[in-house]
Amino acid sequence: MRTSKIIFLIFLATLCGKGMAAGQKSEILLDYKAIENINNKASLQRGAKYFVNYCSGCHSLKYMRMNTLAKDLGIEEEIFIKNLVFSNKKIGETMTKSMSDKDAENWFGAIPPDLSLTARSKGSDYIYSLLNTYYTDSSTITGYNNLAYPNTSMPHILVNLQGEQKLVLDPNNKPKKLEKISEGFNSEEEYQQITNDITNFLVYVSEPAKLKRYSMGFWVLLFIFIFGVLAYYTKKEFWKDVH
Amino acid sequence: MSSDNPDNSRRKFLTGSLTFVGGTGAAATLWPFLSSMAPSNKAKAAGAPVKVDISGLKEGEKIDLIWRKKPIWVVKRSQDMLESIDTNDTKHKDPLSENPEQQPDFAKNKYRSLKPEILVLEGVCTHLGCNPAYKPDTTDTSLGKDFKGGFFCACHGSKFDFAGKVSNGSPAGANLKVPPYRFEDENTIIVGELPANKLEEIG
Amino acid sequence: MSEKNQSSGVIGWIDERLPILSFIRDHLTHYYAPKNFNFWYFFGSLAFLILFLQIFTGIFLAMHYKPDAKLAFDSVEFIMRDVNLGWLIRYMHSTGASAFFIVVYLHMFRALMYGSFKKPRELIWLFGVFIYLALMAEAFMGYLLPWGQMSYWGAQVIINLFTTIPFIGPELGVWIRGDYAISDPTLTRFFALHIVAVPMVILLLVILHLSALHTVGSNNPDGVEIKNTKDENGVPLDGIPFHPYYTVKDFVGMGVFLFLFALTVFYVPEMGGYFLEHANFIPANPLVTPEHIAPVWYFTPFYSILRAIPDPAFGALAMALSILILFFLPWIDKNPIKSIRYRSTLFKINLFVFVIGFLILGYLGVKAPTPLYNALALRFSEMYFIFFALLYFYSTARNSTFSYLFSGIILFFIIAYDILRINSDNYLTLLIGLSSVCLFVLFMTLSPLYTTLNREKEVPERVTG
Repeated sequence: MRTSKIIFLIFLATLCGKGMAAGQKSEILLDYKAIENINNKASLQRGAKYFVNYCSGCHSLKYMRMNTLAKDLGIEEEIFIKNLVFSNKKIGETMTKSMSDKDAENWFGAIPPDLSLTARSKGSDYIYSLLNTYYTDSSTITGYNNLAYPNTSMPHILVNLQGEQKLVLDPNNKPKKLEKISEGFNSEEEYQQITNDITNFLVYVSEPAKLKRYSMGFWVLLFIFIFGVLAYYTKKEFWKDVH
Repeated sequence: MSSDNPDNSRRKFLTGSLTFVGGTGAAATLWPFLSSMAPSNKAKAAGAPVKVDISGLKEGEKIDLIWRKKPIWVVKRSQDMLESIDTNDTKHKDPLSENPEQQPDFAKNKYRSLKPEILVLEGVCTHLGCNPAYKPDTTDTSLGKDFKGGFFCACHGSKFDFAGKVSNGSPAGANLKVPPYRFEDENTIIVGELPANKLEEIG
Repeated sequence: MSEKNQSSGVIGWIDERLPILSFIRDHLTHYYAPKNFNFWYFFGSLAFLILFLQIFTGIFLAMHYKPDAKLAFDSVEFIMRDVNLGWLIRYMHSTGASAFFIVVYLHMFRALMYGSFKKPRELIWLFGVFIYLALMAEAFMGYLLPWGQMSYWGAQVIINLFTTIPFIGPELGVWIRGDYAISDPTLTRFFALHIVAVPMVILLLVILHLSALHTVGSNNPDGVEIKNTKDENGVPLDGIPFHPYYTVKDFVGMGVFLFLFALTVFYVPEMGGYFLEHANFIPANPLVTPEHIAPVWYFTPFYSILRAIPDPAFGALAMALSILILFFLPWIDKNPIKSIRYRSTLFKINLFVFVIGFLILGYLGVKAPTPLYNALALRFSEMYFIFFALLYFYSTARNSTFSYLFSGIILFFIIAYDILRINSDNYLTLLIGLSSVCLFVLFMTLSPLYTTLNREKEVPERVTG
């Protein structure tokens, strides 16, 4: 039976070896790590508020139903409609954007992508880095460039909160660090909290079922465990016959 | 195979509990599959309450709308029509609207409505689901002397009066269904929501 | 059998017309399986369980999925978000696909270890390889359905393999796609094949696989035929009725499997990007190829073999051969000893190296190609085929002429291929790789002449333990 144990261990090792899969997540030069915690409702609520205020003009969440969102974030539907729905949409609809794709293309040269699944396809660190690594660059149309997404056509929407940064290069012309050149409305820590909230919110949006599957999984595993133990003892009892 | 006294009671107990636990598990596993066939969030959202403006509705007129993929009628009944509604008769199967499935509590009255002149009904025959036709003429006797107008289902000949009550002798067994609805203001009805305070509204 | 089988009542009435009781007798209560199965024998019944699970979850997914290039991606997200517990059904199906391959690979490895493909079980093995092939087709077509970037580009790469076939290739590619590129007609036909045609083929093959198994009986870890020693009633002395002994034992295996399965479904359904690839959460876009395309993990060993040879046609040929060679296994390895327990040390080394090589090929297949990885992939592809050559070599005792000739032929092919491609850039890695493989071949073919490493053990009459 030693081999079975080894195989079991290998399986466990693969389980733990999360995130080894080939580099779909973009490499970011500076190390920005988002803290994912979709059970932190306060963070999700703040993230939803920021998203609606700063992002939802251009970016849709076309798979996210507002009533699901309100329920999962613990916001009453009436309060939700009052504070987070600007158009005369119904609560059961999804969070589409108000801007048309054509206008967007005229204004930014690109259609702002839907963000429903970005946290799943690119990872939370990418979103968090993107929001934190804007720096002034006079060669771009918007006046800002980005380390996580170089030459992005997305303007630095949160510049009033963050303030401006400039890029400092090392002797090899590689990005070394970002330096504050003007203060924003929020301190560095506050801004990181804000962007982390937005990131966290998008992590939730990318898979609302995650909230359910963790809690449901426990009971299913417990049940299967009981079944397995019973099966084991039944097998042992029957196999007393076999010599 | 020789067996040195297998412990039969223990074996039976274990087999029994394994069968029970396994069976319960198998049955429980069916749950996600069965529930996946119930209306999705999308269908539920599409079945959200609908608003209808009745300011332009004239006496005797009927408008149709769709709520939860079903036709909903809104009729502004004339005085003649209201007079033709009789609860003390023997011509109807459920003259007092006693079947609780067929209307919310607020419509368990003579006119089966919140306001006497405004009728809101689901346009689905309670026999086999056809759409009954509207017969607004209270003097037309082509469908029988007893029928003083209302709704007539052409599929199997069920007759309903202006309150949607089914006549004796119709194949349909129950009155036409009154959906939940409320008045947001004088001229706006919301179908799919119950009145916040029904006494006041009926008042 | 008819006398014992008499039964009254409804069951009796039916059994006179439909042989259910005798079926249960023949295949469960009076089907004698060797008593010495170890845990490796769980994987057959587990594969059956997963097949059932995939069909069942698949039916319910098909109720909500829309096979239309415009709607497919959205409908999968609809299942994940709007259908009640749809996410659970989808994760069960996607995890089930990977679990199926894990279990089938272990099941096949079991057959290799204990010689379960050998006479008289050649047909069982053949049907098994056909099931494996059908399963690959099933998984490949199913992976297109979510219509994400990986679905699209993975299918693009695999379908392009067919276009490397001489003469008819390009036309064949267009015919498979039903368009000049992968598009809506490709999706709808893959859907039809995935949910109707291939599952029916798999079910039929499973019936054949099991019928063949129940005709000749199961092998066991000792590789001893239990039918050779029977008692006066014709019951094998080392056999026990499948039911209740193995049904109850399989329940234990099911418990362990379902625990790991649920653990994956509820806690790591993406398995770090191996079961559900990150880029597949981006809708298919024919204009943008993802930075790195890797097939799902269960195809990667063969994908590595494909990539190891730079010429696309020969690469595809090598990959096809690597799968087709499995069909010939019963005739390649004709050593009368079935079980690894009684075979020589060299056989064990050969099998061990093969498994390690297969895993390494799988690992290389998910990685982006680099010169080092390509060099490794080529060597392990060579080792993959050398495994089968050595199996043939160990079929019987070989004299020294044959041994030298045999290793000479293998070395000739390997060296000839390297001579064709050697240049001043690659000579170092090439020589290191070449000499390792050559040393391995020489050791494996010549040591039987000078050592006792190829000595086999005596096979007992009856099963042990």
